[in-house]
Formats: sequence, C-alpha cells, structure tokens
Amino acid sequence: MQRIGVFVCHCGSNISATVDVVRVAESLKNEQNVVFSADCRYMCSENGQSLIKNTVKEYGLTGIVICSCSPRMHENTFRKTAGEAGINPYMVEIANIREQCSWIHKNAAEATEKAVILGRAAVAKLNRDFPLTEGESSVTKRALVIGGGIAGIQTALDIADAGYKVDIVEKKPTIGGKMAQLDKTFPTLDCAACILTPKMVDAAQHENITLYTYSQVTNVEGYVGNFRVTIKKKARYVNETLCSGCGECTLKCPSKKGKNEFNMGLNNRSAIYIPFAQAIPNVPVIDTEQCIKFNTGKCGLCQMTCQAKAVDFSMKDEYITENYGAIVAATGFDIISLDKFGEFGYQMYDDVVTSLEYERLMNAAGPTGGHLVRPSDGKEPKTVVFVQCVGSRDIRECGKEYCSKICCMYTAKHAMLTREKYPDTEVYVFYIDVRTPGKGFDEFYRRAAEQYGVRYIKGMVGKVYDDGEGNIMVRASDLIAGEQLTIKADMVVLAAATEPDKTARTLGTMLTASMDTNDFFTEAHPKLRPVESPTAGVFLSGFCQGPKDIPETVAQAGAAAVKVVGLLSKDSLKSNPCTAISDPVICSGCGACKNVCPFGAVELAEKTVLTERGRETRLVSVVNDAVCKGCGACTVACPSGCMDLKGFTSSQIFGEVDALCR
Amino acid sequence: MNEKQWAREALTISGVHAERCMKCGKCSGACPSYEFMEYHPHQFVDMILKGGFEKLSNSQSVYKCLSCFVCVERCPRSVFPANIIEAVRTLTERSIGGDKIAADMISEMDDAPQQLLMEAFRKFSK
Amino acid sequence: MPLNEKNKKAETLSSEKTDCEENGKFVPVIVAFCCNWCSYAGADLAGSSRLTYPSNVKIIRVPCSCRVNPTFILRAFGRGADGVILAGCHPGDCHYSTGNYYTRRRMTLLFSMLSYMGIEKERMKLQWISAAEGVKFAETMNEFSKSVEKLGPCKKLGDLRCK
Repeated sequence: MQRIGVFVCHCGSNISATVDVVRVAESLKNEQNVVFSADCRYMCSENGQSLIKNTVKEYGLTGIVICSCSPRMHENTFRKTAGEAGINPYMVEIANIREQCSWIHKNAAEATEKAVILGRAAVAKLNRDFPLTEGESSVTKRALVIGGGIAGIQTALDIADAGYKVDIVEKKPTIGGKMAQLDKTFPTLDCAACILTPKMVDAAQHENITLYTYSQVTNVEGYVGNFRVTIKKKARYVNETLCSGCGECTLKCPSKKGKNEFNMGLNNRSAIYIPFAQAIPNVPVIDTEQCIKFNTGKCGLCQMTCQAKAVDFSMKDEYITENYGAIVAATGFDIISLDKFGEFGYQMYDDVVTSLEYERLMNAAGPTGGHLVRPSDGKEPKTVVFVQCVGSRDIRECGKEYCSKICCMYTAKHAMLTREKYPDTEVYVFYIDVRTPGKGFDEFYRRAAEQYGVRYIKGMVGKVYDDGEGNIMVRASDLIAGEQLTIKADMVVLAAATEPDKTARTLGTMLTASMDTNDFFTEAHPKLRPVESPTAGVFLSGFCQGPKDIPETVAQAGAAAVKVVGLLSKDSLKSNPCTAISDPVICSGCGACKNVCPFGAVELAEKTVLTERGRETRLVSVVNDAVCKGCGACTVACPSGCMDLKGFTSSQIFGEVDALCR
Repeated sequence: MNEKQWAREALTISGVHAERCMKCGKCSGACPSYEFMEYHPHQFVDMILKGGFEKLSNSQSVYKCLSCFVCVERCPRSVFPANIIEAVRTLTERSIGGDKIAADMISEMDDAPQQLLMEAFRKFSK
Repeated sequence: MPLNEKNKKAETLSSEKTDCEENGKFVPVIVAFCCNWCSYAGADLAGSSRLTYPSNVKIIRVPCSCRVNPTFILRAFGRGADGVILAGCHPGDCHYSTGNYYTRRRMTLLFSMLSYMGIEKERMKLQWISAAEGVKFAETMNEFSKSVEKLGPCKKLGDLRCK
C-alpha cells in the first residue's frame, strides 16, 4: 500500500500565473493513495526540498509526485532529495506542468484542468512504481586495442601514458598499418615513415603496452568493464624472444617467390621475411605456403643459419585469454578489389596501378628505391594519367556509394611529387569533383594545378585500352571543353575506393557493435558521441568508423583514448536501473528480444523455472543489466509479454493512459 | 506537349532516375559515337531535366546512338543514358506519327522476329 | 458542467466525456507518446518558446518510441482517446541507434490494423520531431488536434466494461 505525497510548485509565477496551483493540489488529494498534497513557491529551492523531507518523515510517504518543470530539468534533483529523505530515488514521478502546461496555455481554467490531469497520470504511474536500485559492476583496468595502425598505436599510447595497461592486437606480422606504406603525407609532405616509426618504437617500448602481432581476436564475451577476450596468436615459426632481428635467415632463404605484401605485390620476398626494415617487432615470420621446408620437408636453411636458434618449425598457434575493461576497434581500411572494373584495364595492363601501388613506386624504401618506373618495362613514364573516384560514389554492386575522402588529396600529392621529381612528365588528373575540405588542403590542390602544372580535367575516364601497338590509351570526356579526349599514357593510376577492413564485420559481430551497410562501425551519436559505439565499453578509432585522413584519425584516436581512460578510471560502474526485465515463467525462449536488442544485452540461457507444471529447465531470455540501456525495443517485440522495462513498465504506462483518458 | 511534359514522358517510358546523375561524364568518356553526336550521352541526361527535349529531338544525335549500352554499363550511378536516348528517339518517332505497322498486318509478317514486332508496336501504335 | 442535449446524444458510452466538451464544441482527447531524447525535449522547447498548442494534448514520456507497444495505443482508444500521436527521433538519430526503425515498422502494421478495425487512420499519427524542433512540435499538435476534431468522437473501441 503506497502513501503518496503530492507537491505542486508555483515556480515563482511561471506556473502559478496560469495554473491555479492551490486547486491542483486540492484536486489531487482525492487520487488513489494520496495522503498529502500541498503547493510550494519553489520546489527546487532549499525550502521546497526540506518540505519534501519533512513530509516524508511526518506522513511516512513511500513515494512523491512533483508537479513542476520538465523532468529533464530537475528529475535528478528530486531523486536525490528523495534518497536523502529515505525513500527510493525511483519512487519519484514528475508531472510537467510548466513547459507542457502553464507556459503554453493562456486560458487559466484550461491550464488548471490539464495540470490536474497530468498530476493524476503521475500519481497513477507512481501507484505502480516499485523501488529500483542501480546496478554496480567492477572495471578491469586494462584496455584492448584491435588494430595496430596509426589509429591503434595512437590510442594505445594515449591510454598507456595515462597509466593504464593496453594490449594491441594486430593481424599482420608488424604494427604500422597503411601509414607505414605511404611515402609522403599531405598537405605538408612530411615523410610518413619519419613520423610513424618513432611512434611504433614508443608503442613497443612502453611499459604499459603489450603487442600481439600476427594475432587475431577470436572471441569476445562479457560487457562493459568486464570483457573476456580470446586472442589467437598465429605461429610465426620464429621465437620472438630469442630472435635478434639480424635478418640472416631472410637472405639465406632459397624461396623467393612470395609476393611482397608490403610493396603491394610489386616485387617478391623470401618465404621467411620481415615485412619491412623498420617492422615492429623486428622478427621474421615464415610464409608456410612458400616455404620449401613446409611443402617438401627438405630445406631448413633458415634454421641452420640462425645463430640465436630462434627458428622453430614445430611452433603452434597459441590462444590467450585476457580480461579487459574497454575495447577499441581500430581495424582501419583497405582498397576495394578492381576485378569488376574492366574498363580501367587494371587486370590487363601492368602499367595500370592503384594509388597505393604508386605510393610504393614513389617510396625510397619501395621496390624501385623511389625511382618512378613503369612496372612493365622499367622505363620512366612520360605521361601519367590519374583517375579519381574509381569505385567511390558508385552505386553499383561493385562500387561504394560513399566518398572515400582521401583520394582527392593523395592524388594531388602524387601528381605534385611526380611533376617535382620528373618535370618532363605530363600529368593528367581526371576528376568529377575535387573535394578538399581541410586545413591547407585546397591551397595544396591549387598548388599542384598552378605551380606544378598538373592538368586537371573535369570528366571521367570511360575506357583504358591497348591501341594494338602496346600503348595504353585513355579515352575520357572533358566536360568543360565539351570534347572526348584520347590520351596515350605510359602509366594510369587509379584512385580506388576505400572500404573497411574485411575483418571488421566479424569483429563487429563479436563485439555486438552495430555497423552500417558499408561495414563501417556506427557511432553512438553522429555528432555528439563520435568515438563511442552504441555498445557500452566499445570505442572507435580511425577509418573503421568512416573515411578519414591521418590528422583526423589521430584526433579521433586521442578522443577514443580519453573515453577509455574515463571508463577505466572508475572503480565500479553504476548502471541505469531502468533496464528490461524478463519473467522466466512466461518466457518461451523464442529469442525475439535478443534479435532486436541493439546492444546485445539479451542472452538466451538455460534456467530452472518453477511453472504450474513443476520445475523445469529451459532456455529463457536473460537481460544483462550492465549492458541494457533501457530503450524498451525488446518489450514490444516479446510475443508472450514476459519482457518489461523497469521504470516504464506496461502497467505504469497503462496507468498513465487511463488517467489521461479518464 | 510542353518541355516539362516531354521530359516527364521521356523519363517515364525510359524508367530512368536522371536526378541520380553526378555529372562525371563517364558515359561520354566511353561513348564510341561521341564525335558523330551533337549532343552527347551526359548532355541527354542533363538536358532532359532542364527542358531540352526539343533540341535533343531535333538533332541527329538520337539516330547516331548505336544503342551499344556502354554508357549504361559504365555509369557509376545507374542512370542509363542510353535508355533516355532511346526514349527521346521513340517519342520523336511517335510525334512524327503514322503507324508503320497496323495490328492486322502482323499475320502477314509471321517470319519477323517477335522482338521487332513488340518494338514496332511500342513505338508506333500509340 | 451541465450536460447539454447534444452531448447526451453523443455520449452514450461515457458520461465523463462531457469534460472535454465545452459550449457544445467537441474537444478531442489526445494522447501523445514522446520519446525522452528528441520529442519530449522538443515539447519542452515548444514550452520554453511559449508556442501554444491545444491543452487537450497530453504527453506521456517514454524512453524511446520503440517502447510504445501498439497495445498502449489501442488501450488509449479503448479508454476514450479520440486521437493518439507517437513522436520519436528522426530516422538515424535514435538515441538507441535503431529504436525508431522498429517503431516505424510496428506502426505501419498498426495503421493497417486500425483501418481493419474501422478506426480512421487519421486518428493515429507517427511523427519524427527532434529536440530542436519546438516549432514543429507545436505545429504538429495544432494540426493533429484540428484534424481529429473534424473526425469527431471516437467510439469504436470504447469498452463499456471500463466505464
């Protein structure tokens, strides 16, 4: 049996000018279980608060209704007061008679009548309220960063500097990601390696950072503050602790037919290899597909050469399980496959390359030592044609409908560098739009066009073909001149669309982090919470959330780190008590709730329930209070009506509806 | 009919969403008949929206299109310029008038391909 | 308020209904379900901007529009509401990321069910109102109230047992 106290606020004259507060208080006295009803000048003031506290004591109230301003304004204030007065903070209901009544209605009689009805609805709801307690869960003070590119490295460094342990999981044999493959970075043209490798070393040497390279996350359990993650450490067949990184083995290896992934397959590497000179860890890995020992059982030259005895052919994949408080996805991007873009001849001609391949050809550490030559015959190209938006803004199945964002700028960079190093080379850029929002970006693009004489042509390439004499011909339209051009090109560089890394989707499923149709991770709010996933405890860093360049990635990485640190700095997490709750007796275990939950808060679990047929063990839905955000999607999806939302139960809402329609 | 009605008619019978065009010009970059045409595939898409049906209809460009559909194949926005050209051609033919095939002539043309008959009907019997 | 003749005829189901009929003019009972993050905040903004809308619109706060079970709406009609409006965040802006998409689907089904039951579908409205759209909130409520007023009282679901 509830004992309800009603308090009607004047809010100075904000409410009392149009609403007859005395009458409201008087009428609400007649409502069910109301034992006290009064008006007060300012409920949120010291006086108002002590009125509540005194009345609770005097009348032995179990719950209070406040008729005042919007609950978005003072709900927390009154909950705190209720707590101090000794009643459950969730036994407070607020009737909004200011924003939704006195301020919008001119007629006093109408406004008073509405205020009474709103008060009745609040009383009706409170009559069905029950005390709620905030859940509490512990926080494991360790973070996991998935992906070891610039995004992952920066996030890990920032978390580690704040004093928390961080693990980086990278699927490749080295950290560094795409940025390590780049030559120069726009718009300042600093060398990517010069600014990235010190960060890689910092990450490797930081006492708070553990690197798991050549590893992958295979399972994620738990929830915010308490994730349990299984990491598969693939066998690299070289003992990381013993290896000195001398690289003798890679020189002795007789198998030299593996495509060098780091150089985009433009040259070959040995079967035992270190991806690139500044790789971290500087430990080779054996490509078992290429290795003669693994294929025929004979060879083992690397093992014989190694003085540190680090090569171990019997190494097995290892599984590590670790607990984390927070997880950061920094899985980065890749470029799309150009298999279905026959018109650009990427598959047919060696001299049609992607921008990332061009990047390696321009790089001093690349396959040609930075000397720009055609892959087909090793001659310097005299005409280079750049094609933008290859697959970007393309709504067909093979393309990506979004703008890849970075292509305009890196194409300007390539064009500029080409003209700078080889002034005799003609450079054409075919563009649809040149998009250069960013600090110093448009200036950079204009410099390419104005100072470096790069020929920008508005129009798209329709066809790249062979003229029968071994020349690559590019046919395109020049929309401004209104003509069709045919250019004899020595090289064609395609700005292929970017896409999230292939592993992102599986990871997203494991993390129950929502993703968009393009496999980018979705942020909790597009403007206000850009580095958080809607799934609590999961944060986003870099390209995996949407196309971005290096400065933006680093900024987001830092932001994600701050969010992680903010979470890890707490000793325990208080969770919203207004969560879904399932009645196992009614639940049929259909899983409809599990399917609609955007946070992965609902699980199906075996439970013993007492039914009218006696005790039975069966699959029922169980809500994890630490993860549930209380949206209520599951309550409506539930066909048996076993799912309800605390604080907004069906019975409470029915009560309100009835009171409003009475 | 005025320009707007012509445009609506052309877009309806071709089923093309001309608004999707992002004006990249890839269609015209690939067109093998480009140099023979006064108006090029991308211009068809653009002009039909801006009320240029008369101009397109009066130019020889409609007959220079080979219907090779390379523009349809290459278009990154699935706009299908060739379908618009075909629609303009069809509407032009219709407005010239005079049924080329009457329904009762079909029995005499039983060796003509089905597709030809269908197409002839579509073009001329309205 | 004394019952007038017209009311007596109109109100066979509910005598309480007379509260909403002033001077013989029909004043509909309208229940508005508003999601906490967008539409309820939009209503607050309408309030703080002093934008008036009819006092017969009464708001129930729910965490998300997807919390609104179609049975809540049917219950409202059953208890004498003449119109029900459900307001949520714009698609893509849901605080819980996908809640309003569920709402959209569920309400599509409810609309066809309402017309099957013989309730004019104009009595039920689904509207996306953001926290910044105070003006839109007030306008929506004004229009909706007017259109329900034109439809007259809703008796189809009036449940005698509830009275």
